[in-house]
Amino acid sequence: MVVDLTHYLVVSAIVFTLGVAGIILNRKNIIIILMSVELILLAVNINLVAFSASLGDLTGQVFALFILTVAAAEAAIGLAILVTYFRNRGTIAVEDINSLKG
Amino acid sequence: MSFSTALAHHFLPETILALGVLALILIGAWRGTRAFGLVNELAAGLLGLAILALFFGQTSEASLFEGAFVDDAFARFVKVLTLVGSLVTVLMSRDYLQRAKLGNFEFPVLVVLSTIGMLLLVSADNLIALYLGIELMSLALYVAAAFDRDDARASEAGLKYFVLGALSSGMLLYGASLLYGFSGTISFDGIAKAITGAPPLGVIFGLVFVLAGLAFKMSAAPFHMWTPDVYEGAPTPVTAFFASAPKMAAVAITTRIVFTAFPGIVGQWQQIVIFLAIASMLLGSFAAIGQTSIKRLMAYSSIGHMGFALVGLAAGNEAGVRGVAIYLAIYLVMTLGAFAAILQMRVEGRPVEKISDLSGLSRNNGTAAFFLAMLMFSLAGVPPLAGFFAKYYVLLAAVDAGLYPLAIIGVLASAISAFYYLRVVKVIYFDEPAPAFDQSPLSLRAVLAVSTVFLLGFWLYPAPVVEAATAAAKSLF
Repeated sequence: MVVDLTHYLVVSAIVFTLGVAGIILNRKNIIIILMSVELILLAVNINLVAFSASLGDLTGQVFALFILTVAAAEAAIGLAILVTYFRNRGTIAVEDINSLKG
Repeated sequence: MSFSTALAHHFLPETILALGVLALILIGAWRGTRAFGLVNELAAGLLGLAILALFFGQTSEASLFEGAFVDDAFARFVKVLTLVGSLVTVLMSRDYLQRAKLGNFEFPVLVVLSTIGMLLLVSADNLIALYLGIELMSLALYVAAAFDRDDARASEAGLKYFVLGALSSGMLLYGASLLYGFSGTISFDGIAKAITGAPPLGVIFGLVFVLAGLAFKMSAAPFHMWTPDVYEGAPTPVTAFFASAPKMAAVAITTRIVFTAFPGIVGQWQQIVIFLAIASMLLGSFAAIGQTSIKRLMAYSSIGHMGFALVGLAAGNEAGVRGVAIYLAIYLVMTLGAFAAILQMRVEGRPVEKISDLSGLSRNNGTAAFFLAMLMFSLAGVPPLAGFFAKYYVLLAAVDAGLYPLAIIGVLASAISAFYYLRVVKVIYFDEPAPAFDQSPLSLRAVLAVSTVFLLGFWLYPAPVVEAATAAAKSLF
């Protein structure tokens, strides 16, 4: 079987959907949400690298490198906010994040 | 023109802020906890300098960095608005943060960093620049939302904003990757050239994902769910910042991307924009009615206003973009004025934020009551205040483009939203007085007075704003 662009796009679409579902359906804790965000970004990277290879154009791979860098910064900030939240509330369960509503 | 002169002419505001913010960080690290006042003043100076650089800079168009960055009249118009929003936020935040024991030099640094992101975003001319601009803006905003780190509500606001913001960035990126794959290029012009005739399904998907990601950033319904919680939980100066500068940048880049990258498929994105506009206007009108917190009220108000700005975009022509530009300018002044009033709500040293705390303000402080009432009339769109003209220009563009249902819904939503703005006026003038507010600092009173005078006097001399907006709209076509 030849692995062509379509296969990569399908894998990427599945990973992306898993990531979004992980954020929306997850009721347990916020670490899982951070992992889901990473899944989404990795799905995008699969897409970009696959397109880049199939188009014979390097721009997509440059874009993927930028995304990796920014994703690292984003994870760092997310974890920092998570730590301050845990210090204030003593829990990181998603269902407990409800003091603001209306 | 050599590269360095192009940089000096067209990249000056960004250069000033980027170099300046590095100096601010050094000063902060060197002076430690005593640095707040100095860094705050220097940050205000930097932002003011960047505004001057825009006013006295080049008026020509230029494309820099291999087409990643474009400097045109539209970019300059929105950049001035963004910088004014950031500058006023920095000026208004000082007193509040010092009294709340949050006087850390990181806050002005974060505002400036985020402003650099917004400026790059407004000028972005390809997908990488768009993504990097959005992330530089958002990463600083996530931290700013959770700035009061010992307060459970602020850190919850930061957490919610982070999770939903990261999700929206992911959606935007997925759309960007599809656009790149199906058009073979990341530049907006290149995408426009690649889409001829009926667009492939991949491009449509990409467009939908990108617009959804951007709608999150400008808090248009149905992607608004973070807005009320973050506005309520974050410290008030941070809320004022969220309501002003980032909205300018988000609306501007949405306008730019739909007109430079998708001019050939107006019918496709017009449907999405119309849906976002109607949903935001209706949600902004109905959901705000039952609110008791003035910050939550402003959150729903800003959602509704973003809906009106999108009405101009939905018209899909130059008059529509002009309407959007005028709307942004007037919305910025109204929001900053309203938050200057909200920041003055302080009883015996403690900030209060219930609408009922404004009761009988007219008898305690007649001037502030008058200014706030005028702001509320303007937010509601009562003529002859500026808020009326903002709505007039976007609705006129929609009617001229034949979008009658959209314009009718807009007028109805405006009438419904008048209810809760007028309720605030009623509370101020006709309810029994609540405890009087403390004497507020000069900066807040000045911002409130200047913004109200602008709103009251706009109809006498609208030419500067309208002409600048017309030139801005022309440069996109």
